[in-house]
Amino acid sequence: MKPTMANGNSPWRIAVGLGSCGIASGAQAIYDQLKQRADPQRVRLEPTGCAGLCHQEPMLELYSPAGDRFTYVHLDAAAVDQILDQHIGSNTPVEKYLLRGDGRADSVDKFLSKQQKIVLQNCGLIDPDSLEASLAVGGYQTVRDTIGKLTPAEVIAIMTVSGLRGRGGAGFPTGVKWKFAADAPGAQKYIICNGDEGDPGAFMDRGVMESDPHRVIEGMIIGGYAVGASVGFLYVRAEYPLALKRLGRALEQARAAGFLGRNILGGEFSFDISIREGAGAFVCGEETALIQSIEGERGSPRMRPPFPAQKGLWGCPTIINNVETFANIPWILQHGAAAFAGLGTAKSKGTKVFSLAGKIRNGGLVEVPMGITLREILEDIGGGSSTGRPIKAVQTGGPSGGCIPAAQFGTRIDYEELGQLGAIMGSGGMIVLDETSCMVDLARYFLSFTANESCGKCVPCRLGTQRMLEILTRITEGKGTEGDLLTLEEFASSVKATSLCGLGQTAPNPILTTLRYYRHEYEAHVRDKKCPAHSCRALLVYSIDAETCTGCTLCAKACPVQTIAGGPKKPHVLDYTRCIRCGACLDACHFGAVHAE
Amino acid sequence: MKEVAAILESQGTGRDACVKVLQEIQAVFGYLPAEALRYVTGHSQITARQIYGVATFYDRFRFKPVGKHIIRTCHGTACHVNGANHIGHAVEEVLKIKPQETTPDGLFTLESAACLGCCSLAPVMMIDDTAYGRLEPRKIKQILRKYTQAAKAKTP
Repeated sequence: MKPTMANGNSPWRIAVGLGSCGIASGAQAIYDQLKQRADPQRVRLEPTGCAGLCHQEPMLELYSPAGDRFTYVHLDAAAVDQILDQHIGSNTPVEKYLLRGDGRADSVDKFLSKQQKIVLQNCGLIDPDSLEASLAVGGYQTVRDTIGKLTPAEVIAIMTVSGLRGRGGAGFPTGVKWKFAADAPGAQKYIICNGDEGDPGAFMDRGVMESDPHRVIEGMIIGGYAVGASVGFLYVRAEYPLALKRLGRALEQARAAGFLGRNILGGEFSFDISIREGAGAFVCGEETALIQSIEGERGSPRMRPPFPAQKGLWGCPTIINNVETFANIPWILQHGAAAFAGLGTAKSKGTKVFSLAGKIRNGGLVEVPMGITLREILEDIGGGSSTGRPIKAVQTGGPSGGCIPAAQFGTRIDYEELGQLGAIMGSGGMIVLDETSCMVDLARYFLSFTANESCGKCVPCRLGTQRMLEILTRITEGKGTEGDLLTLEEFASSVKATSLCGLGQTAPNPILTTLRYYRHEYEAHVRDKKCPAHSCRALLVYSIDAETCTGCTLCAKACPVQTIAGGPKKPHVLDYTRCIRCGACLDACHFGAVHAE
Repeated sequence: MKEVAAILESQGTGRDACVKVLQEIQAVFGYLPAEALRYVTGHSQITARQIYGVATFYDRFRFKPVGKHIIRTCHGTACHVNGANHIGHAVEEVLKIKPQETTPDGLFTLESAACLGCCSLAPVMMIDDTAYGRLEPRKIKQILRKYTQAAKAKTP
């Protein structure tokens, strides 16, 4: 990454990452402090979006008059003072806060060098609230170069040749989808950008919408031109207030600059976009449910065909693409279909953005070329486990995806290869698990999510997810039987085969993959009434270590059944025969004296 | 009902305005008051049946007033594997309320969210529009104190 903006008149430039993650880590206070303290004559201060290094937040980038770039991380108020006084004051970098590997000299380098940024190329480098900043890095150039200069059919052909596939998870070829809508009869057509990123554990689209909103709008304009739509909707979930705010401002700026509205850039093409805020329903990420929601109704999915590209919003041909898909479009037009198709594997082209979270050292947003292995993402970019315990598995694709065990980390990032493992590419959430994560509990967690979010329209999903959740809950409570595993498998395959929409069809995936790779954990719960990960509380035996116990009495006070004996400053003793295994003592202890096995 | 009339004016009175109209009403009142909804059914094509269907389908809508601040504890996957349950319990413990409940002083309403999208900071909670990350049960009291003190400062 290089500084991409001119230094202007100020000799020094400081950019502070103000994405949701940065702000939650205290970046706003850092920004405010800089604004108050820095001399505006000497330092130009600007907010940027998320650079993807969430684990280093709050952070800032300092550009010296010579054009050198310094990344300062894990900042606090003292750090800001020191950077201003020492680095800008006397031109000596503050070593203590400079970004570097944690003991391993190469780790941050690998975090960056193994990545390839297309979608995220401007994220963290430009001020997301400034149209000028976007224009300075080539924003809306493809609108100028495409509209009225290429025919819609030529644009669609470029998308087809590029091999771009839907980044929302299902991987349908974008060019083919656009052609369906372009060929469908009807004067009114619509473009919808799906920003209802509902998978728990996924935040790629939030990163893009917060950090480079103009990029998404640019992609939508091109889409509208290609299929002949005049109206677009940005459907964004309500849990992303910052993304909603920045997109709203970006739309106003784009309209004022003539990139949106009637007769864009003075030509014949007219297109405008409005925002629709989600109201908290996971199923609305499914395209037919999303359409219902924009129409003001309950977000219930319907049978396909007809596909939305033929009959969508208000019965008109409608294209629904994911945020990341749209953000790829300008790059493809700028660099050509061949450049994009040159990246990746035979059937999966370009790059993919993943959000790394869970038990991983370098959590954050990463963008990698397709075809890279899971091991490269987790070990080289992610820096391996954050807990010191080895990585056991990675969960991809959220509640629709599956758990991939460490033995399969040689698998390449490719729609088909991940599918063969029983997982899916999904939208890009990757949750890293270590040996303290119980796979049965994880399956139960996802089923409680899908059972809760099932819209209730079709029977297999409405009842099936509920029954599977009951069985999984029973197993994690130590009340499961051998027969439960068979029933679970039977349910899982019929719900998968017979549900109406993607939510139900993929809801059993977390169960099927964990049964496939971690059946022994299920069997340990059922047969031995043991949780190998020591995670399912009802299966643990609690005890108090007399050596470590300080006699603070907190555990005895917390115990709801008074099964812990011992007075102040005396080691406490837990009578496990009367213990109800609620874990209250474990939570209460500040000294690690309560053991659970 | 001046506010509701203005909302219908800007969002339209067709059935397809339903979700937006309810969102705007909730933005003004903090919940969906019965009188406001009755006004909508009397002055638009949106029916009571549609309102009830939509309002019970989407998680964000509520028929009861809420506290001044809404706390959303995140139960996304990353938060779940990093101990989200303990955070939820800690908030319940400090405020002495359960999810979906409001404190007697009307200051806080506790809700849980499927995922707030700040996964690399897990476990996370959001108070109004501010996210708090890398939480530990012990930090909760301190965070909530900021809000209770601000409320006290305003009402002498």
